[in-house]
Amino acid sequence: MVRGPHFSTMRLASLRYAIVMLTVWATLGLAQADKPPAASDAAARDRARADSARLPYTAADIDFMTHMISHHAQAVVMAKMAPTHGASPAVQTLCGRIINAQNDEIALMQNWLRDRNQLVPEAKPLPMKMVMNGQVMKMLMPGMLTDDQMKQLDAARGRDFDKLFLRGMIQHHQGAIAMVQRLLGTPGAAQDEAVFKFANNVNVDQNTEIHRMQQMLLAVELQAQTTNSKP
Amino acid sequence: MPRLRRFSLIAVAALLSACAHRGNVSLAGGPAPDAAFNIEPLAKRLAPTPDPRVGLKAGMTDPGEATWNMRLLSNTPTPEQFKSVNSDLGFFGKYAIQGTFNGWLIWDISNPTHPTVRKGYFCPASQNDISIYKNLLFMSAESESSRLDCKEGGIKDPVSSERIRGLRIFDISDLDNPKYITNVQTCRGSHTHTLVVDPKDPDNVYVYISGSSAIRPAAELPGCSNKLPESDPNSAFFRIEVIKVPLAHPEQAAVVSSPRIFNNLAAVAHHGLAPGDVEEEKDSIAAGQFPINVIGMNFIVPRQMVQPLLDSTAKANHGGGPATGADSAALRAALPALVLKMFGMSAGADRGPTQCHDITVYPSIGYAGGACEGYGMLLDIHDPAHPVRLDAASDSNFSYWHSATFNNDGTKLLFSDEWGGGSAPKCRASDPRDWGADAIFNIVNNKLVFQGYYKLPAPQSAQENCVAHNGSLLPVPGRDIMVQAWYQGGISVFDFTDPAHAAEIAFFDRGPIDPNRMVEGGAWSSYWYNGVIVSSEIARGLDVLELTPNPLLTQNELDAAKTAHLDYLDVQGQPKYTWPASFALARAYVDQLDRSKGLSDARISAIRQALTSAESASGSARSSALSQLASQVDNDAQGSRDARRLQLLAAAVRNLGQ
Repeated sequence: MVRGPHFSTMRLASLRYAIVMLTVWATLGLAQADKPPAASDAAARDRARADSARLPYTAADIDFMTHMISHHAQAVVMAKMAPTHGASPAVQTLCGRIINAQNDEIALMQNWLRDRNQLVPEAKPLPMKMVMNGQVMKMLMPGMLTDDQMKQLDAARGRDFDKLFLRGMIQHHQGAIAMVQRLLGTPGAAQDEAVFKFANNVNVDQNTEIHRMQQMLLAVELQAQTTNSKP
Repeated sequence: MPRLRRFSLIAVAALLSACAHRGNVSLAGGPAPDAAFNIEPLAKRLAPTPDPRVGLKAGMTDPGEATWNMRLLSNTPTPEQFKSVNSDLGFFGKYAIQGTFNGWLIWDISNPTHPTVRKGYFCPASQNDISIYKNLLFMSAESESSRLDCKEGGIKDPVSSERIRGLRIFDISDLDNPKYITNVQTCRGSHTHTLVVDPKDPDNVYVYISGSSAIRPAAELPGCSNKLPESDPNSAFFRIEVIKVPLAHPEQAAVVSSPRIFNNLAAVAHHGLAPGDVEEEKDSIAAGQFPINVIGMNFIVPRQMVQPLLDSTAKANHGGGPATGADSAALRAALPALVLKMFGMSAGADRGPTQCHDITVYPSIGYAGGACEGYGMLLDIHDPAHPVRLDAASDSNFSYWHSATFNNDGTKLLFSDEWGGGSAPKCRASDPRDWGADAIFNIVNNKLVFQGYYKLPAPQSAQENCVAHNGSLLPVPGRDIMVQAWYQGGISVFDFTDPAHAAEIAFFDRGPIDPNRMVEGGAWSSYWYNGVIVSSEIARGLDVLELTPNPLLTQNELDAAKTAHLDYLDVQGQPKYTWPASFALARAYVDQLDRSKGLSDARISAIRQALTSAESASGSARSSALSQLASQVDNDAQGSRDARRLQLLAAAVRNLGQ
């Protein structure tokens, strides 16, 4: 019934997104993963705006939700290696869990940004680009694996993969927790309920998973020791 | 379940480590008759197929609905001023109190088809978890934005005297004029809280505070420390807070202790060292091996690693030569830390979670179930200000131990896993059935012994946040039945009398709020209270439902459940249900014997007939008929596969005659 006018609104919206997308490509290297808004998004946006009017979000909240997408995306890339890299059944299960959890959270962060008319980065493990003293610096989020670390992981197989994966993912999760701590320590940040809840979820879930991965890592290390010292 | 997919800590160790012990706690002593009451086959046969919950139409106000063995009596939208996120529920008299992220609402539910708001109190914060005791209403505040003055707008300053993170206390003696009496501030705020009504202490109530968010700066609340316990014994990590509330002077409520229930948890992460483990460990030491217990797991350190360490210990102690018993003992003591260091793990690695998410207390039996992030705990609360951990369980299928429910006998403890934090659609067909589920344990000699999982059986869409959430017991005599909220997965009622075969017996579900994306909503808490199920719908208001009689839960069983009347209910402070003598109670047991085939059809008909004729008799004729029937049932119990239920029936019939 409202197809005509609605359609043109969508066209306009797409155009605006296209411009935004180009800007993003040019300045930040982020890709726009957004689709034109569906009819139902309007209600969600209205609600998000009402919430924001009550408890305004800040630049720190936007940064957190933006950067955590890249951070999570790297965890997914790492976990997706498991089936082809000879990971043990236990590590494969862990990886299945990480892919499931972090993909859902990426969708949650993208929705949060979209509802507030912010740039919505694609789920890719890109470094954050910052201009310092006139120079563009690429910086990894805390805990993210460097290109070298990722190459080593990709080259490893079997028990070596398990070890590197677990070490890497512990480092990665510890970085996410550092990002949460930084957010909660920033004046005015995390007043928004969705951000507060999400940040706390990341904190507790990843702490629990770190503990579990440390148990798994020690099990691998001790076994490896036995195997390596056999003639 | 597939053994390998369930990579429990034990399985990990078995697969990967040099050695792991498997707990071999005997199941003997567990509740015997449960297996005789496996309702799963019957429930599966009767469940509607295809499941009508799949593919329901989306809509905020006009979603598709599917229901089985229950009925929606009313849905009442949240008043405009309070619309935000509806959270937990409490009950007293004819009222249900609903927390919302904008305050609290008292609903008069005396007409369940038409609940009305009796009083609302505007006071924004998250999560506004609420509970009631007599004239006192308690409410949790956790968020950075929670204001002492209950106003909107949040608080920007990270250190502020206007912030409340902790417990608010109201006096609601006069429902028209509730008074906000006082606050108790805590270091991590209060995500949830639990009232402990100690049967031995009529003058006070205690409140356990679980707060999982960041620790406040000492500048805002003196004494709060975010250092680890080894560098500051006053650390706010690894502890819960206990508030004592003098009922005559609730304004004097204060923190009286901060029990460190997480201490030394590393040693008991997977169901603790069972007696068999302890024996095995002794044997392995006797055999000259070097077992260690670190990060909650048992390992035997390979000899190749131990020998150089032993040599250098001998060298340090007496210049070398063969290692002595003293050298071995010294190394054994130092080995756990050495091994952690060897693999680059800090001493802090040897730790799991630092807080509980929620605690359910069962004061009349002196137990509490702590749902503590990475662990499920069994606590002794005979001294309510000083809870003591009896056991802890962990499970690699569990992401987040969220809440706990005892069965009425206190012989089982069910924990829910809030995988995804309630903000994610974790009930899709692709999501494993043992992730984001309930785990059911028997309590055997103060230890938790795993029995099985329960997860909402109907796959939900990607537009519906769904995972195990808050629920309560149904007071159906002779059975363990729970009603549970699954967010947009709806409401599920299930029987876990046989804890290894929990099975759904009723449900209610709506379609997603939005057809195209996940918008948070659904049932936060669904609790039985005096004959109805009251459910707090995050986005759609207050639902009241009733169960309808069916072969899995008969009219007699429902009638008996309705005789267990409560004056008030705080679900996390579990009451012990008792049933007054009634014909419904006796008939409920007979229906259960019919279902469990614990008695021949002929005897069941005879007993039903005897009950009918006793009911129509009166005075001494009734008494003697019932007394005679009770004796017959005593005889029936001999050799029955469901003897316990026959004993319950005999007692119910005997009480009826007195």
